[in-house]
Amino acid sequence: MKLEDLRHGTELIKRGFAKMQKGGVIMDVTNADQARIAEDAGAVAVMALQAVPADIRKAGGVARMADPAIIAEIIDTVTIPVMGKARIGHFVEAEILEALGVDMVDESEVLTPADNKYHIDKTKFTVPFVCGARNLGEALRRINEGAAMIRTKGEAGTGDVSEAVKHMKKIMGEIRELAGKEKEELMMVAREIEAPIELVMETAEMQRLPVVNFAAGGIATPADAALMMRLGSDGVFVGSGIFKAEKPEQMASAIVEAVNNYDNPEILAEISKGIGAGMKGQSVDSIPDEQILQTRGW
Amino acid sequence: MNKSFKLEDGNFSGEIRMRIGVIAIQGDVSEHVHAVDNALSELGESSDIVEIKHSGIVPECDALILPGGESTTLGRLLLKEGISEEIKQAASAGIPIMGTCAGLILLAQRGDVQVAKTHQHLLGLMDTKVNRNAFGRQRESFETYMELPFLDSPYRAVFIRAPAIVDAGPDVEVLSKIDDKIVAARQSNILAFAFHPELTDDLRIHRYFLNMIREY
Repeated sequence: MKLEDLRHGTELIKRGFAKMQKGGVIMDVTNADQARIAEDAGAVAVMALQAVPADIRKAGGVARMADPAIIAEIIDTVTIPVMGKARIGHFVEAEILEALGVDMVDESEVLTPADNKYHIDKTKFTVPFVCGARNLGEALRRINEGAAMIRTKGEAGTGDVSEAVKHMKKIMGEIRELAGKEKEELMMVAREIEAPIELVMETAEMQRLPVVNFAAGGIATPADAALMMRLGSDGVFVGSGIFKAEKPEQMASAIVEAVNNYDNPEILAEISKGIGAGMKGQSVDSIPDEQILQTRGW
Repeated sequence: MNKSFKLEDGNFSGEIRMRIGVIAIQGDVSEHVHAVDNALSELGESSDIVEIKHSGIVPECDALILPGGESTTLGRLLLKEGISEEIKQAASAGIPIMGTCAGLILLAQRGDVQVAKTHQHLLGLMDTKVNRNAFGRQRESFETYMELPFLDSPYRAVFIRAPAIVDAGPDVEVLSKIDDKIVAARQSNILAFAFHPELTDDLRIHRYFLNMIREY
């Protein structure tokens, strides 16, 4: 067997990578120390960022890809996969992340979009992508563009889980509605939700998204993480919820354990004891429309 | 798809039902459950497939599968949940165990620098030394067709941030290599693959494992 006979970046490899993350917690980190804490706590991957979403929100201005020096340092520090965020449509940021050795690119609404019409053509990349979605149509459009993993958008940096709940319930509900429909009915659905018919049919048949589906945006406690798992998430992203908490180490370990024990309230009660306060947060209702992140992306 | 078992359905027309446990703490658990289920129905057999998240279930299983996932996460939670000791006991009792990718790491006795620096918990069931990401990062992940001694035609193997065995003791039977890296190996009742037989529709490796269980 020679290394030259190998095929890279196939759909199977990209979607397979996402499957290895199932049942896990992916944590936002901004430096090597945080990355080490995340890995020790049992995170399945880290998202390398310049600032966590809560701070991005506070800072305002244009949010871009993180400094490559930060990402490179985090890559050198941990053995688990490292993900990075690129602006929506900014395929050059995505290429830079790929060149740095990032294991998955998040084309993220948390950053300021670089293209107000098109998302990145993700099929052209060797590394897999994860994209946010609020409903089934959005999820299937992203998968059609090559996304190997979907996450709910929620409302990042708030510590308010309500939008993630809304988006997960919406997607799950729309999938359930596809059950038992004839092909012509599915074609009508495909038109209405602006998604390719092939993916609508595949979703109807599988009764789940054709790729791994995580929850993200506002998850701040072990109970939040368990809630999202109960709603059918394959795993969770925790952004500001770890390092804006009073005791990040404890919060990180507790959320990892909560994802493994999501259906056991007695164990969840134990896990949630004495882990310090969660991030302060901000309710989504109190945020002016122009500062809402989830409406970015098309 | 959780096929939980009931104690009362132990016997079917005099035939003993096997109970196959898939460690379900993290990773591509449902893919293994599907693969085992499909391989069993191909053989016209029925067994109970149990997903294991907590202690107390391993001792009731006739075979175990350690899936792909993140080895640091899996190792940490296996210890925390008290499953680790149970797997070691099952292994010494001769229960067949198959590990894929992260599973191959967990089965090893020794690790490289990467494994050491994360204080990775290892089960130590094979006389092997592993390299955690032997082929590089995700962009270097690959698929290829490879020969395996127990199959009559090449197998489509998917390697995702895959580990490899870099050193193996005399009791380890090397089943396949890429360059000088061992990617499939067996040590009596323990079977390890650096790739993911659960990600393709080719069920031959799961079938091989089921045959191992029958021999046991």
